[in-house]
Amino acid sequence: MTFQSILFTDTSIPIEETLSTPSFFTDLNLDQITTAITKSKEEYNLLPFFYSPVKNMNTLEYRHEIFRDLANENLYKTIQEFAFNMQSMREKLKTTSQLRYLYQKEGYFLDVIKFYAQTVQTFSKQLETIELRSKGFLEFRQYLKNYIASTVFLDLCNESKKIQEALSQIQYCLNFEGASIHVRKYEDEEDYRSMVEKTFDKFKQGSVKDHKKTYLFRLDMNHVEAAILNFVAQLYPETFSIVSSYYTNNQQYCPSIIQRFDREIQFYISYLDYIHPLQKASLPFCYPNVSTRKNGISATDSFDLALANKLAGTKQQIICNSFELKENERVLVVTGANQGGKTTFARTFGQLHYLAQLGCPIPGKIVNLFLFDHIFTHFEREESLTSLHGKLQDDLVRIHKVLEQATPQSIFILNEIFSSTTLKDAFWLGKNIIEKILTLDTFCVYVTFVDELSRLNKKTVSFVSTVFPENPVMRTYQIVRQPADGLSYALAIADKYHLTYTYVKGRIKNESVAATEK
Amino acid sequence: MKVLLLQKNDDFTVRKEFSIHEETLFKDLELQIICNAMAGDDNPLLFSISKTAILTTTADLETIQYRQDILKDCLKNRDIIQNLYQLTETGIQGDKNHYYNIFVNYPSSILHYSDETLNFYMMILKKIRTIADEKASLFSSDGFVQLFSMLQQELTDSYFTEIADHLKNLDFPHGLSVSASLGEANKGINYVLRKQKKSNKNWLQKLFAKKEPGFTFQLAERDESGARAFSELKDIAINTTANTLAQSVDHILAFFTQLQIELGFYIGCLNLYDQLIEKKLFISFPVAFPLNEHQLSFLKLYDSCLALGTDTCIQSNDLSANKKDFIFITGANQGGKSTFLRSMGIAHLMMQCGMFVCAELFQASVCTKIFTHYRKEEDHSMTSGKLDEELLRMDAIIEDITPHCLVLFNESFAATNERDGSEIARQITQGLLENDIKLFFVTHLYEFPHAFFDKHLDNILFLQAQRSPDGSRSFQFTEKEPSATSYGQDLYNTIFL
Repeated sequence: MTFQSILFTDTSIPIEETLSTPSFFTDLNLDQITTAITKSKEEYNLLPFFYSPVKNMNTLEYRHEIFRDLANENLYKTIQEFAFNMQSMREKLKTTSQLRYLYQKEGYFLDVIKFYAQTVQTFSKQLETIELRSKGFLEFRQYLKNYIASTVFLDLCNESKKIQEALSQIQYCLNFEGASIHVRKYEDEEDYRSMVEKTFDKFKQGSVKDHKKTYLFRLDMNHVEAAILNFVAQLYPETFSIVSSYYTNNQQYCPSIIQRFDREIQFYISYLDYIHPLQKASLPFCYPNVSTRKNGISATDSFDLALANKLAGTKQQIICNSFELKENERVLVVTGANQGGKTTFARTFGQLHYLAQLGCPIPGKIVNLFLFDHIFTHFEREESLTSLHGKLQDDLVRIHKVLEQATPQSIFILNEIFSSTTLKDAFWLGKNIIEKILTLDTFCVYVTFVDELSRLNKKTVSFVSTVFPENPVMRTYQIVRQPADGLSYALAIADKYHLTYTYVKGRIKNESVAATEK
Repeated sequence: MKVLLLQKNDDFTVRKEFSIHEETLFKDLELQIICNAMAGDDNPLLFSISKTAILTTTADLETIQYRQDILKDCLKNRDIIQNLYQLTETGIQGDKNHYYNIFVNYPSSILHYSDETLNFYMMILKKIRTIADEKASLFSSDGFVQLFSMLQQELTDSYFTEIADHLKNLDFPHGLSVSASLGEANKGINYVLRKQKKSNKNWLQKLFAKKEPGFTFQLAERDESGARAFSELKDIAINTTANTLAQSVDHILAFFTQLQIELGFYIGCLNLYDQLIEKKLFISFPVAFPLNEHQLSFLKLYDSCLALGTDTCIQSNDLSANKKDFIFITGANQGGKSTFLRSMGIAHLMMQCGMFVCAELFQASVCTKIFTHYRKEEDHSMTSGKLDEELLRMDAIIEDITPHCLVLFNESFAATNERDGSEIARQITQGLLENDIKLFFVTHLYEFPHAFFDKHLDNILFLQAQRSPDGSRSFQFTEKEPSATSYGQDLYNTIFL
């Protein structure tokens, strides 16, 4: 089968162009990521691609291969250049449609074609010199090679070249006299401009001011110019009739496969543009292993992509984190110091899964993930005007709904739910929710202040946000797999005020010491 | 067309900005007086030209000779020079009348005004050429011979006719013809003004001749946007040609301006000459020696600044100081030390800008540049701030000075006690001297000159203001061991007794 798409292996399924933002995007800050990625690429309408996670392993592999090829800077630059040229071509086409006079449209259309032909020819030639490995690129290159050798394409080019040549040969003369302009063919009249120049050449000495008036080049014409062009067309009727028919016959000059490629390749380019500064700052990215079976998931040195992007350009460094769930483990219970990176950790977990299923390189060194069908998130919302009771009710309604929809292939990310209830309630509710999740056998990240939830059973794993032992007020932003002690944060506060046991003990001075000090 | 009356190969440019050293030199040597004399009736242009010339000295012996020759021609042919100078003036003034009208930058109006101005310029150029034709034989300097023959070669009668034809044609009495071709989106491009074909058919042939295919666009009477488009198209067509003419105006104006400036220098010299002669003073053309020959000798050198400001007879000095690199001038107050120093400085400057000098004979090696380091007259206090200021100026000089320059010191480093001032001066001058820098130093310090005197170096000369046995001053200088007092006593006596 010949090349169809650089994004999809199965093109029989139509792209859903009108998808709205998935519900979990905001919670995971994926909306920030995709907004930044697609910014200044609006014309390609890339969001539908970012809203459609892939569930087909072949397609994921297909995309990985293409991303790997694009790591070659030559290829990347070649694509950039092609994209830029295609953009310019569309601009020109738009200009054509805006021109008022038909003779102008027809004339300018030839430039568009010339530009288009050069663009695809150059692109094809450049691709030939680049070592490609991906199925997608290899097939596309072959397609393009065949296309530019096809008679359709060659005729398109040759004919336009011939016509342009004929037009450029035309030379006409304008005689201004009084309020009339006489238009006729040029008849070898002497170049008076040069004669005058030559005469006055003698006085040239050093540089003087340029007295030429600058006329901004406007492509469109006024009616006087148009009238002159009409006369010129009448002076050269054959040439102008060929131009007309060429214009009419070649409106659909660009094959849809090329147009589709031009759009779809931007999925890769835009993503790479986004992560490139981070890669340059030595943040690791990798191609994850995605499995349909639950034989453990893990990530080393991963990070929140949206946060990394925000911190890039500041002096702050993003902290990388690792996690692992072994074969039978399902729930990561994250506890520990506030503002210690728990939410970021939860988001990272979700982002990794989502980005992995777009077929993109993702933050981390070695990452093994699960092929999900849905991601469900429940993040604490800003306190609304409803009463505490109302909020709890709201939370529970939402959780319930989510649990109804979930399948064993789903992923849960629950962040500080029930934080507004009593510890006892939060523990009890949490325990029940986790049990339900475990019954479903889905993967889950559960961020909570309730330590006890981390010790529910063997399927729950405790992760703790940590502080620097020497300065407990400073967060490490490291989330570490270790038992939750429930004390670390309180200790940090105590330490800050020099009220830990040691401090307090040491500070209470012996009376005699105090006396001698006096 | 180049004037080249000051430099064989290059234009002379009037400077508006001068370095701090040059301004100091100008002030210390009171060059204002000379420049004023050169400027005649307060002519600011002549003043700037003179100032530039005097401060932009040349160390090139050929250039000095080149200018001296031209100046001699000028002295012989004053009327012709004045006449030429007047013509450039008329040309430049004429431009102001015509050309300043071009505020609108439409090519058609630029073309029109340039055409008019060029007609006027051609008239001036013709007059200048006529002078060249008639008077060239009276001149012998390379500069004038070259200028006149250039004018004769470049501005022939046939060339004037050619220009006149163009200027007539460019009024477009028979309409205007341009060729064009089709560019992007079939817009007209490459507009080239064409010479209209003269039909050699008679009216009968014309009537029956096969009609050339063509179409005529007639501008409707009330079509205002059409009228604008019409004239814009015309403007685009003549844009380049209008520029050619306007630039020619600029070029010819530049030629007039350059001629005026370079003649202006010699006019300035003539003005100065007149004033000196009026005072029955004498001048001579100096002999410049290469900088490494360490020449300096003169007869009856007088201070032109002083001379221009007074009607009384002024003193002149003789000196023979060949192979001397360091001249100490010591001695009595009011003994003419400063005047003597200034007259030497000015003579160097005048020689090195190609002028005559105020002496019966003056021969000297050229120097690369001249610096002055004068004690500030207005301040006689011995404060440390004063010394700081002096050293700061010295520092600036050291920053820019090169070997074979000349530094004139006038009572420098006296703003501290004798011993310190002497030591500072000694160390500085020793350093300069060893860098092949020539020094004239007027000083009241005693230890400083003595330190050098004790070394018995051949290239150091010690001059002392003479003092007659009766205590009166002769304003003459003799070679003598620096003395310990400067006869303030005498001065006191003159004033109080």
